[in-house]
Amino acid sequence: MAVTSKVRATLVAFCIIAPAVAYGHGFAGKRFFPATLATDDPFVADELSLPTISYQKVPGSGDEPGGRETDFSIDVAKRITENFGIEIGATYKHVQPDGGDAQNGFDNLGLGLKYKFYQNDVHEAIVSAGVDWDIGGTGAKRVGAESFSTVTPAVFFGKGFGDLPDNAKFLRPLAITGLVGYGIPTRTSTTTISDEGDIDVERNPHTLEWGFAIEYSLPYLQSFVQDVGLKAPFNRMIPVVEFAMSTALDRGQSGTTGTVNPGIIWAGQDIQLAVEAVIPVNRRSGNSVGVLAQLHFFLDDLFPQTIGRPLIR
Amino acid sequence: MMLRSLVLACATAFAGFASAPVAAHAFLDHAVPAVGSTVHAAPASVRLWFTEPLEPAFSRVKVLDATGKEIDKSDSHVDASDASVLAVSVPALAPGTYRVQWRVVSVDTHVTEGDFTFEIKQ
Repeated sequence: MAVTSKVRATLVAFCIIAPAVAYGHGFAGKRFFPATLATDDPFVADELSLPTISYQKVPGSGDEPGGRETDFSIDVAKRITENFGIEIGATYKHVQPDGGDAQNGFDNLGLGLKYKFYQNDVHEAIVSAGVDWDIGGTGAKRVGAESFSTVTPAVFFGKGFGDLPDNAKFLRPLAITGLVGYGIPTRTSTTTISDEGDIDVERNPHTLEWGFAIEYSLPYLQSFVQDVGLKAPFNRMIPVVEFAMSTALDRGQSGTTGTVNPGIIWAGQDIQLAVEAVIPVNRRSGNSVGVLAQLHFFLDDLFPQTIGRPLIR
Repeated sequence: MMLRSLVLACATAFAGFASAPVAAHAFLDHAVPAVGSTVHAAPASVRLWFTEPLEPAFSRVKVLDATGKEIDKSDSHVDASDASVLAVSVPALAPGTYRVQWRVVSVDTHVTEGDFTFEIKQ
């Protein structure tokens, strides 16, 4: 049904007058931050990642054989209020051990809450706090899903460099997002008994979960700094490097594992496509380069009057 | 089997979303004078092309001089023949650097804003 211009103007007026103006996903002032793949960004948004696909060779450890792992994930984020939202994610894993039979199944469900408590549009800055709950026992043990939960409170941040002086104007398209979290396992150790009766006790340390993404926005360069003549699809591309890390803190464990992910994000009007290489930072993290790709939907753009808006305004 | 279901779910979602009536955030596509450009002839107006149609009542552009004073003719308007174009007239501009500030609302009520400079040199 066509909406009359009068009704539309009324809707727009309501939107403008309402205390919380609908800037939507990933904006701080004129800065658009894309959704990142390996590290969670600070935005509370209505969005859907379907699917995120990753492929990586997994190194062997002790008696455990190495293999190849392919993951298919879905993540949904929904705003409850303008600044508070929930997130839920599920991952289906296909694990092919070296010399063994393939295993398939879901990893544990993930549930998250996030609250944006600071935003500065002039300085393109944003800070949020949240908690992620990896719900133990909801996944399949055969693909490595843990029987215990891990709760990770975290702080998320984002900063664009659009406030740099004129003599550094070509650095203005740069931005960084990141997070620092503290992973708390609900069990101190996990005991497994092999078919041969061997007992193995694995200690579950607290972890520091940290990561960041450095991005250079070509749309920002084109629209706010200098039109350098980029045409589609390059004028919507955002080169990015993500660093996703985890550091064991106690219970006899130490060291950092993680990956460095250089890639490209193409941000369209209502969807985003991204692909990244997944490079292990050390031998414990892996010994070959993997790949991570994602199709992402901006629900606030696709369905601005229904599921793409906060439940409570 | 599960993998096939996942692929089917992705394809269904993509097809469903692709057919949704979409009018997203309005991003600046290009402008005349161009973003960050240096021109040798003073323009009679500043025109901005956006990626989405705009709501005329809530979309504005203004031109400021180097001191931050608004110097346009205060006739900011969305083009009657192309709702994705926003324009404002300017008087005869002297050489110098000018800042263009805009704030627009796309037809689905999303707000975007921005600014850029251009320079006039003789």
